[in-house]
Order: sequence, then C-alpha cells, then structure tokens
Amino acid sequence: MAESVIHVDVVSAEGEIFSGPAKMVFVPASEGDIGIAPRHAPLLTLLKAGEVRIQTPEGAEHLIFVGGGVLEIQPKKVTVLADTALRAKDIDEAAALAAKQRAEEALKDKVDKISQAEALAELTRAAAQLKLIEKLRKLKG
Amino acid sequence: MAGTKEIRTKIASVKSTQKITKAMQMVATSKMRRAQDRMRLARPYADKMRATIGHLTEANPDYRHPFMVTREPKSIGIIVISTDRGLCGGLNANIFKNTIYLLREWQGKGAEVNLCLIGSKGLGFFRRLGLPILANITHLGDRPHVKDLIGTVKVMLDAYREGRIDRLFLVNAHFVNTMTQKPVVEQLLPVEAVSSGDLAEHWDYIYEPSAAGILDGVLMRYIESQVYRGAVENVASEMAARMVAMKAASDNAGKLINELQLIYNKARQAAITKELAEIVGGAAAV
Repeated sequence: MAESVIHVDVVSAEGEIFSGPAKMVFVPASEGDIGIAPRHAPLLTLLKAGEVRIQTPEGAEHLIFVGGGVLEIQPKKVTVLADTALRAKDIDEAAALAAKQRAEEALKDKVDKISQAEALAELTRAAAQLKLIEKLRKLKG
Repeated sequence: MAGTKEIRTKIASVKSTQKITKAMQMVATSKMRRAQDRMRLARPYADKMRATIGHLTEANPDYRHPFMVTREPKSIGIIVISTDRGLCGGLNANIFKNTIYLLREWQGKGAEVNLCLIGSKGLGFFRRLGLPILANITHLGDRPHVKDLIGTVKVMLDAYREGRIDRLFLVNAHFVNTMTQKPVVEQLLPVEAVSSGDLAEHWDYIYEPSAAGILDGVLMRYIESQVYRGAVENVASEMAARMVAMKAASDNAGKLINELQLIYNKARQAAITKELAEIVGGAAAV
C-alpha cells in the first residue's frame, strides 16, 4: 500500500526541520486545525502559531512548534513552510516601529557625531598652532 | 649596540601582531564554513516559496498583487547589507561603491532614494550622504535570524504598499568562492512573475481563505527569506574576505620579521667586529 503514507517536509528559512513519511499530519491552519491523511486534496493555506503533529508509519509522533507559515498539500507531498519566529500583526508592527526608531536615532546621532568630529578637528588645529608658536618663541629666544 | 635593542622590540611587536592576525584568520575560516552551511540550508525554503508563488499566479491570472504590479518609478528603496566589523578587505567598500552607482543611476532618472541599512558599516557610510534612512538594524552577529529582520523588512514593504517607494532593491556581497566575493544588486519589488514553464507540476489547489490572502502572506515571507539569504551570504562573504585579508597580513608580518632579523644580525655582527677591533687595537698599543 504505497498510498498509505504521505511525504512531509517541514522547512524554515533557517533550515530543514523535518523530512520523512507520515501516516497523518495535523496542522494549525488559519481557518482552524486540519488533519491531513494521504490522498488529501491539493490545498494551499496559511498557518497560525501552534504545533504541527506528524505521525510516522512506525507509530512515533513528532511535535514541531511553528510561529505561522504556509501549508501546501500536493497529491503525494505535504510542505510546511514554517516561520521560526512568532508572527502576529502587532508583533510585526512593533518590530517595524523599532526598526524605524533605530533609523531616526542613527540620523540624529549624525549631528552629534559630526559636531564632535568638528570639535576634535578644531582642537587639533589649535594645538598645532600652539606648538608652532612655542617653536617660534624658542627660535627667537 | 645602539640599534639592536630597538630592532628586538620591533620584532617582538610584529610577532605579537602576527599572532593576532593568524588567530583571526583561523576564526574566520571556521565561521565561514558554518555560514556556508546556513546558506545552503536557506535554499530549499526560498525555492519552495518561489514555486508556491508560481502556482498562485498561475492559478489567478487576473489577480495582481500590489507587490507584482510595476509602477512608474518616482522613488526607490535600497536595502544595503554590510558587515558590522571591519578588517575584511575591500568587501564593504565594494558594496558601497555598487550602491552608489545604483543610486546615482536612479537619481539621474529623477527618482528619490530611500535607504534601509543592515550592518553598522553601512550605517556609518550612508549617514553622511544625507539620504532618508527608513529603517536600520545592526549587530545581527554571525548568525542572523529571520526574526531580527522582520521589522526592518516590514518598514520597506509598508513603504512600497503605501506608494512611498516604487522599486525595492537588495545589495549584498555574493559569495562566489573563498577568494571572490562580489557585490550584487537584486530587485525585490515588484516581484518578477515566475513563468509557468519553470513549474514542473501543477495542480488545482483549494485556497483557504482566498488566493489573494495567501499570496500576500507568501510574498511577504518570500521577500523576508530573500533578505535573510542576503544577510547569511553576506556573513559568509565577510568571513571569507577577512580570512584572505588576515592571511595576507600574517604573510606580510612574516616577511617583515625576516627582514628585521637580518638587520638585527648584521648590527650585532658589526658590534662584535668593532669590539674585537678595539681589543686588538688596545693590545697592539701595549
């Protein structure tokens, strides 16, 4: 019975998490949890945070936490494109805000840094001038 | 014996520098291998994402996601990935040079340029240009995580969605091999449609909740994964460049030590000869 198993790939952007045959797979789809048995109809859906449960033909169970992702079911293959990070609209929003703030701060820093650099240059110039005056004085004296 | 002591100190100082550069070279080598592994691990995800986008666009020829519509380029965004630390040869300089070419080209066409900077070297460089920086992140470390990039990328995606930028580019160092890293410019947005000829198989999917909603999620993740891949590749390039730079530095230090040793030996020999001559001269006088 070749049809009694389905191949499951769980991959994230940072690496492969699981790859192998399964009897049954449970995933947290965005419209509600679904169970996938072999010969499931082709389906594309988004995942929400939760756990992916994979039952292997040997009877073992694998639990994989996903922060969200995309599920693709093909006739003989299930692919879970998992997010390693916890995804939610407000979390993403907060991260975006933080990135923006960093940029603003970096630009603000520029003014300080430049004025600091200018002050330093001014100081070296003044020191050089002092040295020169000293030398001239010695020559004269 | 006037010069010999100075030469000895100089040799010792060059030797200690050489020790540091040698250690840095070895560290960079091992980090480069790990970064290469991560680069390889990121590939299947990006490939599958690409295939899924292909399926989705194939199934909905009428629907065009905003990320796939080409607009008149009035303003562009560039994500520049650079390193956090120096001592990696001309890697950053090359990235910046390429970015400058790119932005001059678009400025020549009358487009405004917005930047998104990843890595502190880029921040230090582009701050001086006075161009708007929409987002930035530094100190991702040797193991960048997608989690840390989400916010930064989202700022650029939102800017695109709101029409503040009409093109989005990614500039990073492409890891060719250990000896060669070359900066590459890649267009992230609008996403170029995957032609159906590239797809090996095709099925009629059921979409839940809707193809448009899924496409949005998939495209966002696809772009994030592209930026992540860029970041990881940049780390690999950084390590390779540092490895080569540190090897050159160690070799140069070796050469310098040899030269100094020769000078030192000569000076020592001259001093001995002089002393002998003095003794002989003294004995003759008696």
